[in-house]
Amino acid sequence: MTTYSIDTADQSTVNYTDQKRWWWLLSLVNPLTPLFGIVGHWLTGSELWLLVPLGMMFIMGPAFDWLFGEDENNPPEILVPQLEQDTYYRWLTYLTVPVHYITFLAVAIWVGTHSLTWWGFIALTVALGFADGFAINTGHELGHKRTKVETWLAKIVLAVPAYGHFWIEHNRGHHRDVATPDDPASARMGESIYQFARREIPGAFHRAWMLEHERLCRKGVPVWSIHNEVLQSYMITVILQVGLIATFGWIMLPFLIIHNFFSWWVLTSANYIEHYGLLRAQQADGKYERCQPHHSWNANHKYSNLLLFHLQRHSDHHANPTRRYQSLRDFPDLPSLPSGYYGMYVVAYLPALWFKMMDSRLLALPHINGDLSKININPDSLDAIQARYGQADA
Amino acid sequence: MPDTQNRYQCPGCGYTYDESFGDDHEGYPPGFLFTDLPDDFVCPDCAVRYKEDFNLVLTP
Repeated sequence: MTTYSIDTADQSTVNYTDQKRWWWLLSLVNPLTPLFGIVGHWLTGSELWLLVPLGMMFIMGPAFDWLFGEDENNPPEILVPQLEQDTYYRWLTYLTVPVHYITFLAVAIWVGTHSLTWWGFIALTVALGFADGFAINTGHELGHKRTKVETWLAKIVLAVPAYGHFWIEHNRGHHRDVATPDDPASARMGESIYQFARREIPGAFHRAWMLEHERLCRKGVPVWSIHNEVLQSYMITVILQVGLIATFGWIMLPFLIIHNFFSWWVLTSANYIEHYGLLRAQQADGKYERCQPHHSWNANHKYSNLLLFHLQRHSDHHANPTRRYQSLRDFPDLPSLPSGYYGMYVVAYLPALWFKMMDSRLLALPHINGDLSKININPDSLDAIQARYGQADA
Repeated sequence: MPDTQNRYQCPGCGYTYDESFGDDHEGYPPGFLFTDLPDDFVCPDCAVRYKEDFNLVLTP
């Protein structure tokens, strides 16, 4: 196990051993989850195995979060530069890219060469959609980095879920506008995930296109050109997905539509829970206060963080977006979710349960303390929320 | 191009806007002054810090 060490100005030595070093391999193998269903189906002939990957995500995921609990492991700030320089961690993100391609193509071949029942087809395709939603997570980790290798790998992996505009929309749009009413990727109090999706999915695409349009206009380059970083990833998607239709026929059309939709839905789910109701204050000049740690919800659960490259340590990510996953830290008194993302996704899909669980938690945050004027509220829900929780302070 | 080229650094992530190079990816050519960047300019790397947050880097 590698131990990082530094001598400080006061003659003492700070040491740190990353107990999770090898456990990060879980993020690398996580995209393989749908293959458990295929292998089981292959060995037994029973399509019931095709339900297993969804069970691994939404039953085993929350159960393991509950079982293994939260993570006390935090790297000392002074050793973060050494941790960031350790190339082992970045190789894991590089290698996750082909793992997404292997899983996507393996499932496509299985669907294209077997006569599955309708429910077996849907279970396997939806599971792949969720697994490739995590390709957006891999693209997220890579797309925030400054090296050409990593930004290109982000574009390549985002081609699998057909969401190539994500890293532009996320890096230059979501991080700028997070926790404000201007952000289509920040959920508002009283907004169900189903309402949010109708605002988030088209809003993200529009913002990405406008940002890229502005950048290319400044450079004096045509928007419809190879220089457009949205179109670069889309071109890989077109080759991949048209190639599958040409190879396996029209069965690939519903397969790809369902797969792509559920991949996008995973991002919608993550965006929904990451900033629900949180609001940055607007300054006198019309700009918003800079993003603070209390503008993100966190889940510090060991298991799901190890599957998701630490995505759930979200406050530190928004404070330091270029920081690598292995260096992200947890802090006391952050807005925190009662379970990891897998469990909270299930709660979000049941709006009545979500509002019951999260609205009181939101109102109780120390910086809000019941003050509705400090919450990002869905305008359509404002009257009902005011009637229930009291008037916003003027 | 002015005689004096300045460098400005994002206090959050360390991104540096060097006027002598501009920022080709973002579409700002060499010699493009920091003060001429749009008022709503945010750090191209982290998007957390605004233009007014950037610090002038003093070179000895």
